[in-house]
Amino acid sequence: MATVRLCHLYPDQMNIYADRGNIAVFRQRLAWRGHRLEVTDAGPGVEPSPDHDLWYLGGGQDRDQTMVAGDLATLKGSAMRDAADDGAAMLFVCGGIQLAGHVYVGVNGERLAGAAVLDLETTAGSSRLIGDLVIEAELDGETREVVGYENHAGRTTLGDAVRPLGRVVSGHGNDGTSGFEGAVRDRVIGTYLHGPLLPKNPWVADALLGWALAHAGEPVDLEPLDDRVEAAAHSAAVARTSHPNR
Amino acid sequence: MRTPSTVARALARSIGWLSRHAGRGGGTTVPGVILLRLRPDAVAELAGPLGRSIVISATNGKTTTARLVVAALEAVDTPIVANTAGSNLLRGVATALLDAKRPTGATGVFEVDEAAMGSVVEQLAPEVVVLMNLFRDQLDRYGELEALADGWVELVDRLPETTTLVLNADDPAIAELAHRHAKVVTFGVDDASAARAAVQHAADSTTCRNCSSPLVYERVFIGHLGHWRCPNCDRRRPPPDVSVAAFDPEGISGSSLTVATPTGPVAVATALPGLHNAYNVAAAVATASSLGLDLHTSARAIGSTGAAFGRAERVALAGHDLMVLLAKNPAGVNENLRTLVLHPDPLHLLVLLNDRTADGRDVSWIWDVDYEEIFDRVGSLTICGDRGHDMALRFRYGGFPVDRLTVHSNVGDALDAALLTMPDRAPLFALPTYTAMLELRAELVRRGVADDFWKDA
Repeated sequence: MATVRLCHLYPDQMNIYADRGNIAVFRQRLAWRGHRLEVTDAGPGVEPSPDHDLWYLGGGQDRDQTMVAGDLATLKGSAMRDAADDGAAMLFVCGGIQLAGHVYVGVNGERLAGAAVLDLETTAGSSRLIGDLVIEAELDGETREVVGYENHAGRTTLGDAVRPLGRVVSGHGNDGTSGFEGAVRDRVIGTYLHGPLLPKNPWVADALLGWALAHAGEPVDLEPLDDRVEAAAHSAAVARTSHPNR
Repeated sequence: MRTPSTVARALARSIGWLSRHAGRGGGTTVPGVILLRLRPDAVAELAGPLGRSIVISATNGKTTTARLVVAALEAVDTPIVANTAGSNLLRGVATALLDAKRPTGATGVFEVDEAAMGSVVEQLAPEVVVLMNLFRDQLDRYGELEALADGWVELVDRLPETTTLVLNADDPAIAELAHRHAKVVTFGVDDASAARAAVQHAADSTTCRNCSSPLVYERVFIGHLGHWRCPNCDRRRPPPDVSVAAFDPEGISGSSLTVATPTGPVAVATALPGLHNAYNVAAAVATASSLGLDLHTSARAIGSTGAAFGRAERVALAGHDLMVLLAKNPAGVNENLRTLVLHPDPLHLLVLLNDRTADGRDVSWIWDVDYEEIFDRVGSLTICGDRGHDMALRFRYGGFPVDRLTVHSNVGDALDAALLTMPDRAPLFALPTYTAMLELRAELVRRGVADDFWKDA
């Protein structure tokens, strides 16, 4: 039995799009294979240890996001950058991808410094990009359709040190114009896909868990699970985008 | 040129009649839509003859509370104009006014969508505005909760001094509004035995609206509703003028309440189960109090009022009682689950999840519901809806075995499957999202066990 040590950043502030669903998927897909997830919450004022195998930061309301941003940059950014360089797995969703970048520029021009784990920056737009989102994502050399929902005012621009997670098939993605969605470097994924992301996309969950186990020094082959319900929910979400106006 | 008022009204009424008789979903808002297209300030014009208006808004409980307020007013023979058919945008209010037989001198009672409050209040100039709670709901449509709360601040700042604000003392964002208006009546829950152990997972609004410090709770009742205070500034839950002093739940069949008021305690025995309905009762009593009604008479009328459409409504079906509990956001569903665990026997559940516009297109919210609380009580679980598989995943990753649930795409099939698994006479509890509730209702009408919902009004 292996143990994956997860650092959950700001679970009380950054949880608006059902982020606990993603944590539940990590926990159960490990448990069903005889492994264990150990979660440490890192709220405001906490300086996390850089040796966690897996890191998670979800989305929050603008007010909460503004409140945690300073704390993130000063108390957590350094540990997170070290962990990412060390090959830890990370998932940043929605507000998470924005705060994982260099800077978030708000509607009134205010600048929130991020954790600078991902080479990207985000500027708030005048409208929100909302709706079902389907992308073709590439992970570990494999390409698959990944589904979810997006709801963000931020327009995210990628730098040279990251690649997009995928290409938008249906929806808006990072900025509504580039056709790209998300950002990836090493074992770090940032994305606007919530819904939550992982229950309907167990392929992404298993990629992150495989990376986290490798970081934990216990590389194991994750045996396949019976994912029929996941597959059915995935298909329903893809079908949803072909009749979006019902 | 503006369409003359009388022409616009006649046209809108005719179209409503046609719509109803063509069987197009009751036509509860079509006339209002037409009318507002022709006369944008039609609500102000139509509301002119009313004696006064009461406007009620909340994420959860506005339909039921409006119904209770109507009952309290009808008990003293007040003529009423109300949008009880459930359409709560400006067009729904317009339609209700258009349909009113005798509006002159009547009291308007309108439940209004949280985001539609600005335009409705501006046109109606209500005598009483009841603001009950703001919970996480339909993030795709409303944007973020903070934006709605800010909108209500602007709304309160524009109210004339003569308007009475009825506010929930237990919701920090709502109670904060009392600092911006003089004429305020507050309500809340005082019975400590109704408290939960801790703030629930999906709690919103747990920071001070005045100074942004994290709030401290002595007690939590529902989500972020409770006995709160700010450790940093002077903000704290105001002692409510009207409060639930005693809450005695009687399972799913209702509860007995003692409601403390400025004129003494009143007893309310209600068939509406759960603490969320105790809040609705308190809001209705506070509204009656602000109107100067005799509160014992009001309490009797409020207590004898049954469930609104789909809100703990009961329907007899094939030897079973079907209880419909609208399930549209985490706070509401958590309260329904908390009520369901009071049922002594295994729970037979029909859970319906749609993601259409009126449901909210983003189904993330189901992951903020604490379904785990009822897992060990489930006798059978039947799932249906456009996003039924998402619901099945919610249960699977909560630790519920998927071989103990079934997923159906058609509500009729789901109903049959649910009934087949149940012992004789056991009740079936349906938890539908809004459009799924309409589909379920249509199926019940087809089976001849329920009336069309707009006849309910």
